[in-house]
Amino acid sequence: MSNDNTLPEGKQEFNITVYTENQIGLLNRIAIIFTRRKINIDSLNTSPSEIDSIHRFNIVITETEDVVRKLARQIEKQVEVLKVYYHTNADVIWQEMALYKVPADVIAEKVAVERLLRENGARAVVIRKDYVVFETTGHREETDNLIKVLQPFGLIEFVRTARIAIIKDSEGFNRKLREFERREPGEDVIENEYLNQRDKVFTM
Amino acid sequence: MEVAQQEVLTAPEQQTAVELSGSAALLEALIVEGVDTIFGYPGGAIMPIYDALYDYKEKLNHILVRHEQGGIHAGQGYARTSGKVGVVFATSGPGATNLVTGLADAQIDSTPLVCITGQVFAHLLGTDAFQETDVINITTPVTKWNYQVTDANEIPEAIAKAFYIASTGRPGPVLIDITKNAQIQKFQYKGYTPCNHIRSYRPKPIVRTQYIEQAAQVINEAKKPFILWGQGVLLGNAEQEFKAFVEKSGIPAAWTIMGVGAIPTDHPQNVGMLGMHGNYGPNVLTNECDVLIAIGMRFDDRVTGRLDKYAKQAKVIHLDIDPAEIDKNVQTHVAVWGDCKETLPLLTKHIEAKQHTEWLEKFNDFTRKENEAVIDAELHPKTGEMTMGEVIDQLNHLTGGDAVIVTDVGQHQMVGCRYAKFNQTRSNITSGGLGTMGFALPAAIGAKFGAQDRTVVAVIGDGGFQMTLQELGTIMQSGVDVKILILNNRFLGMVRQWQELFNERRYSFVDIQSPDFVQVAKGYGIAGQCIKEREELQPALQEMLNHKGSYLLEVFVTKENNVFPMVPQGCSVSEIRLK
Repeated sequence: MSNDNTLPEGKQEFNITVYTENQIGLLNRIAIIFTRRKINIDSLNTSPSEIDSIHRFNIVITETEDVVRKLARQIEKQVEVLKVYYHTNADVIWQEMALYKVPADVIAEKVAVERLLRENGARAVVIRKDYVVFETTGHREETDNLIKVLQPFGLIEFVRTARIAIIKDSEGFNRKLREFERREPGEDVIENEYLNQRDKVFTM
Repeated sequence: MEVAQQEVLTAPEQQTAVELSGSAALLEALIVEGVDTIFGYPGGAIMPIYDALYDYKEKLNHILVRHEQGGIHAGQGYARTSGKVGVVFATSGPGATNLVTGLADAQIDSTPLVCITGQVFAHLLGTDAFQETDVINITTPVTKWNYQVTDANEIPEAIAKAFYIASTGRPGPVLIDITKNAQIQKFQYKGYTPCNHIRSYRPKPIVRTQYIEQAAQVINEAKKPFILWGQGVLLGNAEQEFKAFVEKSGIPAAWTIMGVGAIPTDHPQNVGMLGMHGNYGPNVLTNECDVLIAIGMRFDDRVTGRLDKYAKQAKVIHLDIDPAEIDKNVQTHVAVWGDCKETLPLLTKHIEAKQHTEWLEKFNDFTRKENEAVIDAELHPKTGEMTMGEVIDQLNHLTGGDAVIVTDVGQHQMVGCRYAKFNQTRSNITSGGLGTMGFALPAAIGAKFGAQDRTVVAVIGDGGFQMTLQELGTIMQSGVDVKILILNNRFLGMVRQWQELFNERRYSFVDIQSPDFVQVAKGYGIAGQCIKEREELQPALQEMLNHKGSYLLEVFVTKENNVFPMVPQGCSVSEIRLK
């Protein structure tokens, strides 16, 4: 039995979080680690992090954990990458935002649409005479669902952001960064922790 | 007068700024980094640097190559024999793209290089200007780090980072692309301070003794342990530490072609070469040992053969400085992450002194079988045309194993690596990971500059020699003393061998014709001769070695010899074939 949601054996979505220096060309250096292995990047977001001058990449791919672990190590090997984590969807809080543009007359005339929008947690961002732009934020299924709902009503335009994800059990990057800034790694820097926790976190 | 001024400038931590061009600042940086030799080729976008170099001729020996690929391979050869960072100059556009093969080669073989490329003026970037290419993006996959400088003020720091990154951790090539305006621009130079810390870059970890102890315990309990070593031992300058470990443990040790020479060829525990054309015993016994101790090697597919049938019975201990190598191809039981210069002595301390006499004897049994089936006929044929193996064997007798042997790629490379004798480290220079034909001649030039007191012999096939033979011009002009030994089988031999074995002798475009190599060399003022008879071999090799200056010796060897043993692609190491 197969349907569209069936994934090849062992593959699942992984959220890769990369803390980096803000350096021109680094996006390419990271992206080619995936493209070289013919792995599609499902979603990629770059943003500032909790620390000034440190950037954070959120990358989503669908792969086996073994492949993801190797990719994480290759990414962390790049000179301007400070740290890489990877997590399953269960280990992160994640959101994607979507915008939908629909004709204004449909909204005005069809009560059903208003109800559907409300049920799907959509919010009007812009209301004009000719169209209305709605926004939803949530998981992929939620933003996808509203497309299906609005399609019969003449959905004009749709766009969705990359995924952003917060790691549930992360204490942030401040302490780690202070360790990195030291010239010599001190005894308290857990250098080999990944050797004990190979299946969980890859870390320097 | 100028020289005196420069000496002041090179003082690190200089407080008072002086006005200097970006180009001069670059050259000052190279001097502080201890660079003595640069391999390069000028062109429009790097002209300001070459103009500055005109005033530094006394301090920096610039070798004018004949092609940028030759330049970077020379830089690699230099780095591999000297242990220092190779430095290469090239111009923008085609100059820079010609570096790409060498960068890929240096990246996969962990060779420290700093390449400086000129680039068009910053205001022309992205305009498809003359000789503009997007060098940073082209070279990103094949460099450890790269960076584009568009302002002279960035030069000292960029060069400092380049040398630090290239030479530390797992070494690799770095490319700095400098726009022409930055080369010309005058700025307030405050001296050059080498880099020793980048917060996002951790070249090596501190060593955790718990993993050393775990590894030692596994080794101490082992009945049939087996050491595999690679270039990491050389790159870590850990030959002595490695030897001490091998000798205390009593464990047989086999090498990858990048690691050969870390202990001498005739060391009693050196059981030979790993991999596709490696020795019989090391391949078969990989699948019989109970503990595999891999040191500074990366389980390349040419070493492991079929992975799902590779050493499945063994516990694997992997010592490596690059954490991305651990568990990459072979799952490890104990990973000792660190610089083997530091980890090996700790491991040696924790292991019991042992002799694995019976186990070692098993390797010797396989050696005897291999001698009978392959080696005797290859090294000591009585009749017929000469073999590649006997040329290498004769060379061993004459050099005593003290020469640097630079090999190109193909059959002669495998024969060279299998049979050349090495008494000392940093003696086998070859393109291991990338398999770059045309590597040997330019690499040998660089190797000689990196080890001026040693004999350098470039062993090259008739195919590979024709890929970079323009570098004979570099030999002519620089006067460098390189012995060129061409093993001519009138075929692209390795591909022919595969076509014979796997494509029913359908010899598709492997029948290569060559010019009269001796005449070509003569055109460059290089002495030489071509021999076809066995009795000429020993005297001809002797003449080559005795000759003052470069010499080309072409030896006609048998056309259709195959390199054996061989692990056919897709087979397990224990399925190695002797014929």
